[in-house]
Amino acid sequence: MTDDITINKTIDIRGQVCPYTFVRSKLAIEKMNVGEVLEIILDHKAAVENVPKSMENEGQKVLAVEQTSEKEWRIVVRKDKEKKKT
Amino acid sequence: MCPDSVGTRGYKGEIMEFTEDQILRYSRHILLPEVGGEGQERLLNAKVVLVGAGGLGSPVGYYLAAAGVGTIGVIDNDRVEISNLQRQIAHNSSRIGVLKADSAKETYETLNHDVNVVTHKERLTSANIKNIIKDYDIVVDGSDNFPTRYLVNDACVMLKKTLISAAVFRFEGQLMSIYPGDGPCYRCLFEIPPPPGMVPSCQEAGILGAVTGVIGTLQATEVIKAILGIGEPLKGKLLLWNALDMSFRIVKVPKNRECPVCGEHPTIKDLIDYEHFCSMSH
Repeated sequence: MTDDITINKTIDIRGQVCPYTFVRSKLAIEKMNVGEVLEIILDHKAAVENVPKSMENEGQKVLAVEQTSEKEWRIVVRKDKEKKKT
Repeated sequence: MCPDSVGTRGYKGEIMEFTEDQILRYSRHILLPEVGGEGQERLLNAKVVLVGAGGLGSPVGYYLAAAGVGTIGVIDNDRVEISNLQRQIAHNSSRIGVLKADSAKETYETLNHDVNVVTHKERLTSANIKNIIKDYDIVVDGSDNFPTRYLVNDACVMLKKTLISAAVFRFEGQLMSIYPGDGPCYRCLFEIPPPPGMVPSCQEAGILGAVTGVIGTLQATEVIKAILGIGEPLKGKLLLWNALDMSFRIVKVPKNRECPVCGEHPTIKDLIDYEHFCSMSH
């Protein structure tokens, strides 16, 4: 259950496929402050695995991945980190 | 992070909104953890000037335009000749006789409409160089002669402009990034130009076309790293590449305290117009 999580921003990227699912999710979370929560609504099955994996690679916290209907999912991510520096 | 990064984080401290085309065009940059939307915005806000639109300048400008570097200056007063086309890929057969700066502008702006190419159709001299380069973040030297190379180095030291300097010769190339005030300059490495007649000009020496592409592409990579403030720049290091045995070598270059332009007691305080001895200068 993720009902008790405050969502700061939601993006609806239904119709988008990889890698643009992550590109758009990343652009959205870049604009948010650390600690804020992004909700991503999508319908591209491969992205349900790829977007959380990529978010974690960049240091963000995936709070939930839920199937909301036959072909739709929601991913909830908390921004834990600003852009990776080298 | 490299402390010498340039560019800004948007005009009002906020991350810009990309257009749909920009999201698609720059998606492979945005995917990189070290770039992202913020890095792409830095590229779009960056101002880079190319000294020469020849063998090196052509690929540098091509990759900078593709990367979305928003303002690219091109300094060149030569016209495209058929003998250039073996290596100078910004130009083509239909542009013979056209000024290289105009030809490069057409090529780069056609590749990417986000890019504004500013042409400077004049030969660099001690009188005009500072005024031309002062508005840019980074200077890229792809010149084909020593007088220009030293002029560009000295002007960049005096104006504290990041300089990405490269040269090619036959099957070899070299590359060095100069951050004035933080590491050596070109004169720390070679204090004075060779005397006229000592070194063949590139017109006399010949050059494998693809060598300019390799070194120019490395040069473009150093520019993009500098804009993004990522990785380790070739600061205090000279990269040497030989095409025939495919060897890369990096030689450490110490800062010369006695350097006449960036040393502790500089003796060069005014820019110098050395005598041009390269026949292709004209």
